[in-house]
Amino acid sequence: MAKQRVKFTFPQEMIKEPVIWRLGRDFNLVTNIRRADVTEDRGWVVLELEGEMDEIERGVQWVVEQGVRVDPVAGDIVEG
Amino acid sequence: MSFAKNLRCRECGRVYPLDPMHVCEFCFGPLEVFYDYEALRRTLTRERIERGPPTMWRYADLLPCAAETAVDIGTGFTPLVRAARLGRLLGLERLYVKNDCQNPTWSFKDRVVSLAVTKAKEFEFDTLACASTGNLANSVAAHAARAGLDAVVFVPADLEQGKLIGSAVYGPTLVAVDGSYDEVNRLCSELSDKYPWAFVNINMRPYYAEGSKTLAYEVCEQLGWQAPDHCIVPLASGSLYTKIYKGLKEMAWLGLVEWRRTRMSGAQALGCSPIVEAWERQSFDIKPQKPNTIAKSLAIGNPADGYFALKAMTQSGGHAVAVSDDEVVEGIRLLAETEGIFAETAGGVVVAGLRRLVQEGHVDPEELVVAFITGAGLKTQEAVAPRLQPALAVQPTIASFEEALSERTGALPATRK
Repeated sequence: MAKQRVKFTFPQEMIKEPVIWRLGRDFNLVTNIRRADVTEDRGWVVLELEGEMDEIERGVQWVVEQGVRVDPVAGDIVEG
Repeated sequence: MSFAKNLRCRECGRVYPLDPMHVCEFCFGPLEVFYDYEALRRTLTRERIERGPPTMWRYADLLPCAAETAVDIGTGFTPLVRAARLGRLLGLERLYVKNDCQNPTWSFKDRVVSLAVTKAKEFEFDTLACASTGNLANSVAAHAARAGLDAVVFVPADLEQGKLIGSAVYGPTLVAVDGSYDEVNRLCSELSDKYPWAFVNINMRPYYAEGSKTLAYEVCEQLGWQAPDHCIVPLASGSLYTKIYKGLKEMAWLGLVEWRRTRMSGAQALGCSPIVEAWERQSFDIKPQKPNTIAKSLAIGNPADGYFALKAMTQSGGHAVAVSDDEVVEGIRLLAETEGIFAETAGGVVVAGLRRLVQEGHVDPEELVVAFITGAGLKTQEAVAPRLQPALAVQPTIASFEEALSERTGALPATRK
């Protein structure tokens, strides 16, 4: 089993979509939310994904295809 | 000696030992070095600092490693120049330029890398790595050479030639990734889980970031132990900006300068300005952008410290400004033609941003202003080359020279009597 820490940033049109629930159901991943801030017009969620590595990769790819931005958990790390 | 005490989560405040880690295990928030300020207050004096070496390591007490173990290639204590000509042009009476082009690999990155590499050696890593838009790669490669460590540096493939050569010459494994900086960054984040390397801006990040504070310490000392009224700082991830602010506050907490509410303003290039965009919306929420600007060293679409930069900006009474790529080039030329300092695109962003801030009334003409110029222009010559006058091509005769000169200027200068 592998783990990956990621940050999802949702555009306004995706706020109401159950992306994380589908990620857990369709890719058999354990999704563990650690921090989040979601309002009616934008949102981000920092979470850990646990599952088979190729399922994590497929799942993250699917999330990106939905229009959600996916970053490593520390975001863009530093300038330079 | 170092007075570093522990790592603390900037989000939830949890405390960790000074280990090679960068995020809180609980909330995944970023970790920051915390110091024993009481002991520092008892020990640190202006005289103690002034007795130190003429490098950033004179402030070792305020950094997370001791000066004796430092991997130092002569970084810091760069000139703070009184920029009278540029100031007059912009309408500022007391403008200073902190010229960090003069570091060993010609950018402020040597400050952060010197710390990260020192710490990496302490943690017994044998390989240094980084995701970079160029300046960082140069610095990591140089410091690895100095420390006798292996280096693997990852950059976007479309980087300026000067930055590629400026890394390759030190003999690292230079990896040009077919993708944006965001993608390079993501790749490195995944690699850092797989390989036991010291990624200076990932697992070494809490230590690395502290290096930027030395810019604030130097400015205070060089101003005769006083803080400036207003700082103009380039914004990429927001890390440099927030650390300069932290450095100014530490100077005051420790009684080394009198507290002054230094206003912290930041500048970005319009083609990648997520922090400015949030500032203008009066929001603390950063909307990630896809970078499209010549200011590649600032082209970070989802700035990790954007939120903290916006907080510092609000607290300090600063302002954020974004400038077009044309203004960036004008800014580079303005600084070069008035002060003789050839900055890279980030410097152009700062000078053009400062001009706009003055025009819009966000900078008081009487304030003591410091503009932070963080990298040298030879690295990004492509940005200005097409906009410069070509050399006069002449035959080796006076007649040919005069013909060409009068063609360009319309008249010849006065001759000797």
